[in-house]
Amino acid sequence: MNSPIPMKGRNEVQREKDKIEKKQRGRLFWVAIFAAALAAGCSSKTTMKKGAESATIQLTGAGSTFIYPAMTQWISSYQKMHPDVRINYQSIGSGGGIQQVKAGLVNFGASDAALDNMQLAAMPPLVQIPESSGPVCLTYNLSQLKKPLRLTSQLIADIYLGKIKNWDDPLLRPLNPGVHFPNEPIIVAHRADGSGTTNIFTTYLSTVSPEWAKKVGHSISVNWPVGLGGKGNEGVTGIIEENPGGFGYVELAYAISNHMPVAHVENRAGKFVAPTVAGTTAAIAAFADSIAKDVRNPIVDPPASAPEAYPISGFTFLLVPTKANSPRQAQALAGFIRYILTDGQQVATKLDYAPLPESVTQLDEKLLAQTVPAEKQTP
Amino acid sequence: MATAAHPAAPQVRSHAHPPGFFRSFRNRLRKLIGTDWLGYVLSLVAAVLILAITTALVWQLWTQSALSRAKFGWGFLVGRTWSPLFEHLGALPFIYGTVVTSVIALLIAVPLGLGAAIFLAELAPPRASSWLAFLIDLLAAVPSVIYGLLGIFVMVPFLRQVVDPALKRTLGFLPLFQGPIYGVGLLAGGLVLAIMVVPFIISVSREVLLAVPRDQREGALALGATRWEATWGAVVPFARTGIYGSIFLALARALGETMAITMVIGNDPKIRASLFAPGASIAAVLANEFVEATTPTYISALIELGLVLFCLTIVLNGLARLLILATSRRGGAPA
Repeated sequence: MNSPIPMKGRNEVQREKDKIEKKQRGRLFWVAIFAAALAAGCSSKTTMKKGAESATIQLTGAGSTFIYPAMTQWISSYQKMHPDVRINYQSIGSGGGIQQVKAGLVNFGASDAALDNMQLAAMPPLVQIPESSGPVCLTYNLSQLKKPLRLTSQLIADIYLGKIKNWDDPLLRPLNPGVHFPNEPIIVAHRADGSGTTNIFTTYLSTVSPEWAKKVGHSISVNWPVGLGGKGNEGVTGIIEENPGGFGYVELAYAISNHMPVAHVENRAGKFVAPTVAGTTAAIAAFADSIAKDVRNPIVDPPASAPEAYPISGFTFLLVPTKANSPRQAQALAGFIRYILTDGQQVATKLDYAPLPESVTQLDEKLLAQTVPAEKQTP
Repeated sequence: MATAAHPAAPQVRSHAHPPGFFRSFRNRLRKLIGTDWLGYVLSLVAAVLILAITTALVWQLWTQSALSRAKFGWGFLVGRTWSPLFEHLGALPFIYGTVVTSVIALLIAVPLGLGAAIFLAELAPPRASSWLAFLIDLLAAVPSVIYGLLGIFVMVPFLRQVVDPALKRTLGFLPLFQGPIYGVGLLAGGLVLAIMVVPFIISVSREVLLAVPRDQREGALALGATRWEATWGAVVPFARTGIYGSIFLALARALGETMAITMVIGNDPKIRASLFAPGASIAAVLANEFVEATTPTYISALIELGLVLFCLTIVLNGLARLLILATSRRGGAPA
């Protein structure tokens, strides 16, 4: 349409001018919109800097589904206390959470397993804050049993390695005097989906059994030597409840709410301990020095100095970038996490997450301080 | 693009002049609707869009799986271990599980669905037929997680207590029906898929059978055929193409089904001959592991599994078509 017209009458010239004007007007229109958008952006930024009380702060997080029930409680309680902060948490799974933190799409992530050094190298600078923990318990379908099943670490590893196949095994009987085990195969169940629960459980097995560590290892999903895979806690529970002789591991919170029998597991002190939040807290406390060196160090199979400790538990972690986009957001996020570490622990305990011992809370406070720009560090 | 060939095209140049522009626009619009143009363009856009979506999908699967393809090469397709931790990742157990469950599903669903469709289209009272067809369409809309729950709570216990032991007693000499019985496993997976795809086969086949011209039926009856002979010899062959279409649809659904099969297949990526043994399918492992996959190789391998499923669908569909071509009977509508 821009082809030159050879003979231009007055009308045509006028028309051309109109056309150009129209075009310019069109351009002007877009420029105006752009400018308006820019202005709006700037003004919101300036209000942010001034810290106007009226503006709400948006925080988004993504990751672990394990922590979702507690996170929902924390968010709703915290928002009641701080109406100027709005927090949105998407429980899309740890892997998704890590990816979103990596892409800078969220203010924080939550992961069931800590990132190793190789993974950290690919991420923006961040701190990993252990924010809650929970025991993993072993549950079973043995209608004959009146008392809780008693197991040693070696037995659990052997069952999951496929070495002990039948409930009527000579190794099981001496641990459970007076119990008549049925001559039935042990139907082993495990999680089929990648999960923090699996990570905790396989970390335990790797710690107590060198053979397991060599053959299978620990991760959020592993190559299981034996067993049926169920999706989620409910899938594992389904397999166990449908099959007499079923045996598997689930989170304590899930076992309690579904009234499932749980096994007592022998710890290093030689005591058979029931899975409880107190038992987990005791285990974490026993590892205080190790955690202080690196929060990623496992908290399974605690030393004999902690006789009440339950040996199978692990942390979940918050991933918080240390270079936040806006100091105000960093400040707000730090406030929220501080709440999780202190008052929030009581809320989580009601949901059967184990409260953090004092030593870990102090450590977390130090980690948290790294996420807030130095000059703004006022409580 | 075809404007140049259009007779009204030269007038369009005056579009700077408002009345002329509108007139020509109106003319053009009228021509567009008057001729086959609009329909042509719209249907072309729809067809191109499908092609574009498929291409984009394959392209994404291809590029995102680059890491895994480079690392495992063709060995990925025949690898039998799935160990994300040690990054020994092979797809064969998943391919096996997907194919076996889909085949079981079709073996059960095709005779069942076709029988029901023939009954509904030919023998049932028309009123009952349309009511039942409505119910069947409802079944096709039930979310697959519901089928999965039904599978876990009703089908699996029934299999474990009744069907599997009976199969083991009677057909136990076959390697297919040996080994420990858990209820969940390849057979359960195939069965739940069969239940899910039957409505597709019934619904589509019934429509096709109903569309067979009366003459076809009456001609056969006039030649002295019994009702069943007329149905099986004249009506069904006529509707052949449509019935095949329903089977392909069922196969595609069975291959890609995720939720229900995840819940009943047992999720153990190993290859075993027994149908009682737990297995794993491609869709199931994606549903299980994608969300929590963290390392780049692992994610890439899962995406490559998606690519494998895509190719598997093409191959199986092609094989099914060949099989049908080879065994198809004479007569009926031109395919």
